[in-house]
Amino acid sequence: MHEVLGTTTDGDLVINVGPQHPATHGVLHLVITLHGETIRKVDPHLGYIHRSIEKMCESLTYRQFIYVTSRMDYLSAHINNHACALCVEKGLQVEVPARAQYIRVLMDELTRIASHELWWGAMAMDLGAFTPFFHAFRERENINDIMEETCGARLTMNYMVPGGVMADIHPNFQKRVKSFIQLFRSKFDEYNEMVTGNIIFQNRMKGVGYLSAEDAISYGCTGPTARGSGVSCDVRKIMPYELYNQVQFDEILETGGDSFARYMVRLREMNESINIIEQVIDNIPEGDYQAKTKAVLKLPKGEFYTRVETARGELGVYIVSEGGTTPYRIKFRSPGFSNLSALDHMARGSKIGDLVAMMGTLDLVIPDIDR
Amino acid sequence: MDREHMISCITEWVPGAKAEEGTEWTTLSIPGESWPELAQRLRDEADWQMDFLFCLTCIDWKTHLTMVYHLTSTRHRHILVIKADLPADDAVIHTASHLWKTAIFHEREVFEMFGVRFSKHPDLRLLILPDGWEGRNPMKKDFEDPVNMIRM
Repeated sequence: MHEVLGTTTDGDLVINVGPQHPATHGVLHLVITLHGETIRKVDPHLGYIHRSIEKMCESLTYRQFIYVTSRMDYLSAHINNHACALCVEKGLQVEVPARAQYIRVLMDELTRIASHELWWGAMAMDLGAFTPFFHAFRERENINDIMEETCGARLTMNYMVPGGVMADIHPNFQKRVKSFIQLFRSKFDEYNEMVTGNIIFQNRMKGVGYLSAEDAISYGCTGPTARGSGVSCDVRKIMPYELYNQVQFDEILETGGDSFARYMVRLREMNESINIIEQVIDNIPEGDYQAKTKAVLKLPKGEFYTRVETARGELGVYIVSEGGTTPYRIKFRSPGFSNLSALDHMARGSKIGDLVAMMGTLDLVIPDIDR
Repeated sequence: MDREHMISCITEWVPGAKAEEGTEWTTLSIPGESWPELAQRLRDEADWQMDFLFCLTCIDWKTHLTMVYHLTSTRHRHILVIKADLPADDAVIHTASHLWKTAIFHEREVFEMFGVRFSKHPDLRLLILPDGWEGRNPMKKDFEDPVNMIRM
């Protein structure tokens, strides 16, 4: 049985954080055991937004199930769709046209920037700074507009389909992305000025929520959370898909292992994504944006697994097919789920005031954890 | 480490291990009771060093359940998939959470969704399902919900 709210026999206090709490960014429920102000234990209770997406997918066709996945990690909707499309393509053995690959990489990287922008604003807000949120959203809005023009949606895009992308890019796409690059470059220094260099902010981040490299691996942490501990785990590097072995970019690694290191990884990743976009945006080849596929997709009997790098870490899509039009079993290995499992380990011994900063640097998206 | 080497190593360690054909990554089925010993070796032996359990899940085949472990090494970068069949009515397997802590959460999820019991798990209780949920395991194929739509 889990702890009952109130006071334990040791005199420790057991309290709730969430499920309705502004700093948990969604319906995450933490039951925290406190000794004075020191955290003894953090016990996450999940499932408040569990929709059983895996079960639902078992009765959806290979074209339909991709739309549900936009609702998992809604800040990485493109990348979720991408992972599913890749997995279905692996089963069908479909070659994706070069144009579609370029568009996919562009969309992925724009998504990553948009997601990190939101994280950056929300993270600063968690620590009590309200202004950065507006700055972050000012830039993020541009990306949403670009997405809206091409995909027709701002959050749940459903743009990537098995075989390529759903529609060609909007005629304004390249022009607008290029002007976004300029805008982003001109504003990026503001971010550092406003938050990174701020001494109050640094004091609250440095040395807080330490996660060693061994623990990061053991807890299955991926993405910026693990890279902040110096673990090289960028799927774009270790198992490149689409264009990622043709573009030049660095895997961002920090060795601090604390909240500040994780913060720096995400901040620097935004720049790296801009570099990737810059290399790709002028070179989109002409041609089809979608490979020809049958109207009804049937995957051969077998198992297919793809790994992609979302803004939060490694997303795995595992399809078990019995040869029909729907998956027999589907598993989404979501990055947030594993990253959250390390929270208890990170938080033990810290002060309760630091918990929010730690959660902020894990970049939790609750629908991604609950699925 | 290449596929042949992996297969020959594991079939030597685990007598009943069978390799699957036509898979992207080396996949072996093992008897459930040999899992803890094999897991320990996979993580600790110098030329394996499978330190990253990147996916742990279960499949319900109606007649039996299959546990699936996706392992990789952050050092050698090789990938290995281990499967273990468990009987549907009495699914028990040794936990992997003492070796890979990510299994603490993943096994709790499989426990509530498929009803697999993980022996020696430090904290085997509901994670996603609400408190007081008993019996029925939602991800099993025979699960029916009279109230909520679970099928399209």
